[in-house]
Amino acid sequence: MTEHAIIMRAVNKFYGDFHALVDIDLTVERGERIVICGPSGSGKSTLIRTINQLEPIQSGTITVDGVELTAGGDNVAKVRQDVGMVFQSFNLFPHMTVLENCMLAPMKTRKTPRAEAEETARRYLERVKIPEQAGKYPAQLSGGQQQRVAIARALCMKPRIMLFDEPTSALDPEMVKEVLDTMIDLAREGMTMLCVTHEMEFARAVADRVIFMDKGLIVEENAPEAFFGSPKNERLQNFLGQIA
Amino acid sequence: MIREFSSADILFIVSAVRWTLILSAIAFLGGAMGGLLIALSRTSHSKALRRMAAGFIQIFQGTPLLMQLFLVYFGLAVVGLPINPLLAAAVALTLHASAYLGEIWRGAIEAVPSGQTEAATALSLSYPDRMRHVILPQAMRVATAPTVGFLVQLIKGTSLASIIGFTELTRAGQIINNATFKPFLVFGTVAILYFILCWPLSLLARHMEARMRRAITR
Ligand SMILES: Nc1ncnc2c1ncn2[C@@H]1O[C@H](COP(=O)(O)OP(=O)(O)O)[C@@H](O)[C@H]1O
Ligand SMILES: [Mg+2]
Repeated sequence: MTEHAIIMRAVNKFYGDFHALVDIDLTVERGERIVICGPSGSGKSTLIRTINQLEPIQSGTITVDGVELTAGGDNVAKVRQDVGMVFQSFNLFPHMTVLENCMLAPMKTRKTPRAEAEETARRYLERVKIPEQAGKYPAQLSGGQQQRVAIARALCMKPRIMLFDEPTSALDPEMVKEVLDTMIDLAREGMTMLCVTHEMEFARAVADRVIFMDKGLIVEENAPEAFFGSPKNERLQNFLGQIA
Repeated sequence: MIREFSSADILFIVSAVRWTLILSAIAFLGGAMGGLLIALSRTSHSKALRRMAAGFIQIFQGTPLLMQLFLVYFGLAVVGLPINPLLAAAVALTLHASAYLGEIWRGAIEAVPSGQTEAATALSLSYPDRMRHVILPQAMRVATAPTVGFLVQLIKGTSLASIIGFTELTRAGQIINNATFKPFLVFGTVAILYFILCWPLSLLARHMEARMRRAITR
């Protein structure tokens, strides 16, 4: 067991000529909850997508749970099994029931027997408070329910780290709370979490650290109280003024 | 030596339908396997695979099916195989179907939102599992109607095999016409038989397309 959940060192990411992540250094402790915010296009999604290598990086190193991502071999697959991800647009598999969505990855990648995968899936659906929807298809659910299924689906892989990319941005306002409550529960249970979100109430409630990104750089990071109470960077001050 | 058009002639033509069906089935099944490889190559990360598949499609979509038949037919002799019309027609039509189905299915795969691949990848599903369980089942819904549509084209396309001397439906008609010289009667019969094969499939394709549109606009 290593002590750090994630270590990013001098990470640079380019889309063609565009420099999307600039010399990112970030260390995440086990059990730490981090909220990432910043203007649109600042590289927040790109940052968390490099952690499970949905986006490859051009230089630097990323170590997840002691496994170095760029070292090749089966490392990427191993890291992806330990890192769950929740997307803004849910990305549930529309041709499968809620239960099947939750069972697929454990059965295929962890080789979990069907009965055990189903039991796990039902347990996590219970935890996100929609056990009665197990037999339905995603299109039959509300946005908030779909996002909770997406969280359950990720949890069924028993990840040690969860990444969230604006999980409530696509939701109608009345459904934001049910998803945030699910995430808060998860945080209280000690899950290591990186959340891109502009829900500042959530940040205040659970974040150990809030990070502000702009133009591919981590501009400021601090505990929520100091982050919101006495922001130093001018762009962060403007940003907080806008979203308040 | 012209004789009357008899019921035996009709029977001869009708029984040639089975060769049209056999040839269509071989070309469709072969083309389905080839087409899947082409579609997967066209959507893969490997530039070399993408290029090769694109080149294959361009060659087979950019030349007449008849030339492909000729080249395979005479090509068999060049590589030392016996000249065999069924083999030549089956090979040429399979390559032809691979190119067209490959292109149809590439479009269907690309129509699946990229978030699906991302979610499956983030769940650590391997490429084969991702394709088999997530992407292809969704692509199939988009692809079935145009695939059945192409099958109709393929059945009609098998008539060209008559030119290299394979006795399917069209060539059976030519043989009877040479003996009876009743072109309207003979080829009318042949056309009706093609119609009976293709019409239900066309209806099915249109029905599936309408259902797809409804599912999308829902
Ligand atoms: N696949 C891509 N190709 C090219 N540019 C991209 C791609 N994805 C993101 N970008 C660019 O990288 C920048 C950061 O994007 P992103 O990480 O999505 O920002 P954020 O999540 O903070 O809104 C943006 O300017 C965006 O246009
Ligand atoms: Mg984003």
